[in-house]
Amino acid sequence: MRPFTTHTGIVAPLDALNVDTDQIIPKQFLKRIERTGYGDVLFFDWRYQADGSPDPEFEMNAPRYEGASILLTKDNFGCGSSREHAPWALSDYGIRAILATSYADIFYNNCFNNGLLPITLDAATIQGLLDETRAQEGYTLHVDLPAQTITKPDGATFAFEIDGFKKECLLNGWDQIGLTLRHEDRITKYEAARGIA
Amino acid sequence: MPKNIYEKIWDFHTVHDDPSQGTLLYIDRHYVHEVTSPQAFEGLRLAGRPVRRPELTFATMDHNIPTEEDRTKPIADPLSKKQVDTLKANCAEFGITCFDMLDRRNGIVHVIGPELGLTQPGFTIVCGDSHTSTHGAFGALAFGIGTSEVEHVLATQTLAQQRAKTMEIRVNGKLPMGITAKDIILAIIGKIGTAGGTGYVLEYTGEAIRDLTMEGRMTICNMSIEAGARAGLISPDEKAVEYLLGRDYIPKDTPPEELAARWSQWASDPGCAYDKVVELEAAGIEPQVTWGTSPGMVTSVNGRTPVLNEITDENTRMAAAKALKYMDLPEGAPMREIPLNKVFLGSCTNGRIEDLRAAAQVIKGHKVHPAIERAMVVPGSMQVKQQAEAEGLDKVFKDAGFEWRAAGCSMCLGMNEDILSPGDRCASTSNRNFEGRQGKGGRTHLVSPAMAAAAAVRGRFVDIREWQFN
Ligand code: SF4
Repeated sequence: MRPFTTHTGIVAPLDALNVDTDQIIPKQFLKRIERTGYGDVLFFDWRYQADGSPDPEFEMNAPRYEGASILLTKDNFGCGSSREHAPWALSDYGIRAILATSYADIFYNNCFNNGLLPITLDAATIQGLLDETRAQEGYTLHVDLPAQTITKPDGATFAFEIDGFKKECLLNGWDQIGLTLRHEDRITKYEAARGIA
Repeated sequence: MPKNIYEKIWDFHTVHDDPSQGTLLYIDRHYVHEVTSPQAFEGLRLAGRPVRRPELTFATMDHNIPTEEDRTKPIADPLSKKQVDTLKANCAEFGITCFDMLDRRNGIVHVIGPELGLTQPGFTIVCGDSHTSTHGAFGALAFGIGTSEVEHVLATQTLAQQRAKTMEIRVNGKLPMGITAKDIILAIIGKIGTAGGTGYVLEYTGEAIRDLTMEGRMTICNMSIEAGARAGLISPDEKAVEYLLGRDYIPKDTPPEELAARWSQWASDPGCAYDKVVELEAAGIEPQVTWGTSPGMVTSVNGRTPVLNEITDENTRMAAAKALKYMDLPEGAPMREIPLNKVFLGSCTNGRIEDLRAAAQVIKGHKVHPAIERAMVVPGSMQVKQQAEAEGLDKVFKDAGFEWRAAGCSMCLGMNEDILSPGDRCASTSNRNFEGRQGKGGRTHLVSPAMAAAAAVRGRFVDIREWQFN
């Protein structure tokens, strides 16, 4: 897994609640058997018009957000289907970190398995960032995972919370299966005790 | 100290408590389908890892497959075909049982698990599918996982988890006539919200839940994820035992009384504690219909779409405005006046035999309304289909003008040919009314099977409590 340490990037606003994984990547793109190549179809139904051209009404499509790597959104992001294609598509598009007020559980876990950092912030902070992003073209944030801080263009810095172990995994890009297999003897013992031969 | 069912299952399945990584839980059953597994098998191959316990994993194809009755025809969509073939090849390579399209046991993963007795009380069950919560109806801790976790379970038969908080959702009293499990769960989601269960495992209790059949309980647990909870549980009782005994994968060499005793000990102890308790009165639940693009946007069939300036929270108002626009509905519109043109009966929420019986009872002696351009019944499994045909239900549906299809997820998510067209408005027994879920530009109203059937006859929503049964 690709490690995450620090990242500086353009912020793109997605001003919506309950963005479900069907919106992040619609089902017609789940038929592939690869993990890559989903970036072009991220937010497909919102991003493109019927003729395939970008929909100007979709805020993220504005040229000023081109190359964005930090996604700013609201409550319950990633709800619905467990499809890991959602973080795959976000990553493939170039998103490295997400700032939201809350996440759906399965999506949240899926992010960590793909080197994507989901940061939870309170509603006032999110709204403030949203206003600033819209007011200031080229608005960038600096995310520092080891320090657990976010720095704004004016230098103002604030902290965020994250689970210590999840942080460690992201910093090191650890393979979860490898971590678990350190306990293989314990798994074998458990199976023996339960008569799972 | 008295324990609730979640605590019992958690403790029993703890392989190792790592203070940092979390608890390594042993997984008793792993279900796999064609859409979320190919990358996991590929990961194993790349790392040169075997499947640790192939006999504990079971595969089916359901999401992508056509629902035409003739299953010997090759799959027309080359991408779908490739995914289905890939699953078959992966199962063969790694020694996993696969109920493929020609197997009589094929069906939607969450329908066949219980139907085959693969799902049992006290089990830990995972699947790369969020509606794995369904299996909680039998008192199994069952939840959806991502593809990386699918790979993790295949390789290690375990999953590292953080302990969730527990929420008891108690539905008191007797359910009024005509009110179903679907109405209960939609009412619960309407009450606690689509993120109300986030971070929790839910246990449904109370008289109204006890009174439900196993099918009804599965409908409830199925939609726990729509309330934000990864898992929903119901303590196993004699109904769970009765449902399971004699099914294909229930051990035949263990006496039934022993199985019953073993299973019932998983039930929550009297006096156990929960982190949170929510109570509902069954008597107050009316037939539910969703009006928006999230399952929490729900009201009574006798209700109306919201009036925006009555919503005080700005974000909620914004979401409601966006949903009304997508749904092409005015503010304050009576739900009963919304005209429909499609009806979908099926899915892992409401594609079981009891659901088809309930719908057929409503349909009997009626015809699908001329405004309904397409009404389809898609049984949840091939065994449900067979059972329904043995009872003559297929005839009731066909006589009324419904299409009778083979099993699969079908229009629940529209990954195959069964999709809504832009502008279509569908009464659906599935679980998600997200934008475009059933087809780009399609509009979904979630309802119970009986309500969907009545809507097919009238072309509009009707209060099922007023229905004249033939
Ligand atoms: S029927 Fe629908 S919700 Fe159920 S597993 Fe299939 S796609 Fe998912």
